[in-house]
Amino acid sequence: MTNKLPPISQLGPFIALLIACVAFGATTDRFFSGENFSLILQQVTVVGVIAIGQTLIILTAGIDLSCGMIMALGSIVMTKLAADMGLPAPLAILAGVGVTALFGLINGLLVTRIKLPPFIVTLGTFNIAFAITQLYSGAQTVTEVPPLMTWLGATFPVGGTNVAYGTILMILLYLGVWFWLRETQSGRHVYAVGNNPEATRLVGIPPEKVLLGVYVLAGVFYGIASLMSVARTGVGDPNAGQTENLDAITAVVLGGTSLFGGRGMILGTLIGAVVVGVLRNGLTLMGVSSVYQVLITGILVIVAVTVDQLSRKGGR
Amino acid sequence: MATPQIVMQAKGLVKRYGQVTALDGADFELRAGEILAVIGDNGAGKSSLIKCLSGATIPDEGQIMLDGKVIHFKGPIDARREGIETVYQDLAVAPAMTIAENLFLGRELRREGFAGNVLRMLDKKKMLEISIARMNDLKVGIRSMTQAVETLSGGQRQCVAVARAAAFAEHVVILDEPTAALGVKEGNMVLELIRRVRDKGLPVVLISHNMPHVFEIADRIHVARLGKRGAVLNPKKISMSDTVAVMTGALPPEQLPPECLA
Repeated sequence: MTNKLPPISQLGPFIALLIACVAFGATTDRFFSGENFSLILQQVTVVGVIAIGQTLIILTAGIDLSCGMIMALGSIVMTKLAADMGLPAPLAILAGVGVTALFGLINGLLVTRIKLPPFIVTLGTFNIAFAITQLYSGAQTVTEVPPLMTWLGATFPVGGTNVAYGTILMILLYLGVWFWLRETQSGRHVYAVGNNPEATRLVGIPPEKVLLGVYVLAGVFYGIASLMSVARTGVGDPNAGQTENLDAITAVVLGGTSLFGGRGMILGTLIGAVVVGVLRNGLTLMGVSSVYQVLITGILVIVAVTVDQLSRKGGR
Repeated sequence: MATPQIVMQAKGLVKRYGQVTALDGADFELRAGEILAVIGDNGAGKSSLIKCLSGATIPDEGQIMLDGKVIHFKGPIDARREGIETVYQDLAVAPAMTIAENLFLGRELRREGFAGNVLRMLDKKKMLEISIARMNDLKVGIRSMTQAVETLSGGQRQCVAVARAAAFAEHVVILDEPTAALGVKEGNMVLELIRRVRDKGLPVVLISHNMPHVFEIADRIHVARLGKRGAVLNPKKISMSDTVAVMTGALPPEQLPPECLA
């Protein structure tokens, strides 16, 4: 509706992406290649899809610390059901997504019914999901994965580089959520609840209903991310989700969504996820060990939140 | 003189919260095209009365009538459906959303045909046009309906909240302390707007602690006292200090000359 330049907080992710690309392009020779970019996008799919759910929750002024662990549980459930119990792949996938949605529902019910802070609820479910994942899998990787579950990891050539189906699905999910948040009533209500839950209640939108829907929907996205994870690694990995937890939150915050709720754009999160992916990819190409990558992600999320806080104070 | 038409009426409202009786048989009467101020000390039953009228609470006893018809509100949405719009003190707006979005929050318009029915798309253009038209009607001088509410001053925000109520109310507008926390100039801006709402034919219930504001725009003053209607005063005949005396109980309304009552 307006042609004004977006504020600096919305340009932030692009600037970060630019700086990271230039830095890695200068220090490594393999960084700027179609093949490498395709790889980055594939690596980003899991975090990218988790971050969709995380964005929705953060838009309502909540936070989900359990997202990575729920994703890992989903991938163990779907692979084990198929491998051990011989459940047909589509049903196993549905069951996995069902479990992640159920965890979203539990998070949502605790937040809306008992009015617990999302922070502590999801810290609890983080541990619960992790423990169930370890117990159910016996801490063993599930290696017999039906081909349908790895289909999203398959690639097709586009002008010389190979693009994964998972990447396409991720982008479609982003576009879908972008449309929903922007153009529909229920999407706008997510913003309204994040802005002022009392105001939405007074105009007749029950904020609890919106919140519960958001948590369940986030759970569904974690389930889709479970499938993406299985497709990328070809196994059900009980130790997945460790880095994805913070990476997803980093992607959302880098993407310009405010932790205070009610402000942000879903497409910013996609850029934020790519920034995180570029960072991990570039650091790996430079030969930086993964511990340092964790260190850098930790610093990055704090910097991003600081920028958000300062811009909010400086603005008004 | 012909008896003025009564838009909203309440008889014998009782509301108890545990041991406390907030309303003890309160009556209420709102006439067509008037600004009725509701004043009262803390605990006089002022806010309980307003909550009953706006559907925020359900009275234990008594009845509420709208255009002579008995109504039962189960919640604020029921009251809204009957054309009663309430502006709450703590500014029920979403600050990061645009003015147009705030005006239509909770009653968004959807597009026609496939885009609206299947894709559930909002008709942003139409909502924007209606917002501009309604705000022009009320002479609210805000340039762009697509700016975020948080970019407005406190008075302008309050004007948006009042205009939202006036734009959608068919029967009654209830304003809870609309000028509290505003400066002199901003307060006057809101008072002007309230007057225009009345002049458009909508009766206004104004809850206020600000006596000068009440005397500036009210046609009648409803004094809530001890859970009942203590008196209804005529601000053109009674002084501000006598009004406060009635409110605190220092001056029994029976001792007032009859022309002071309304």
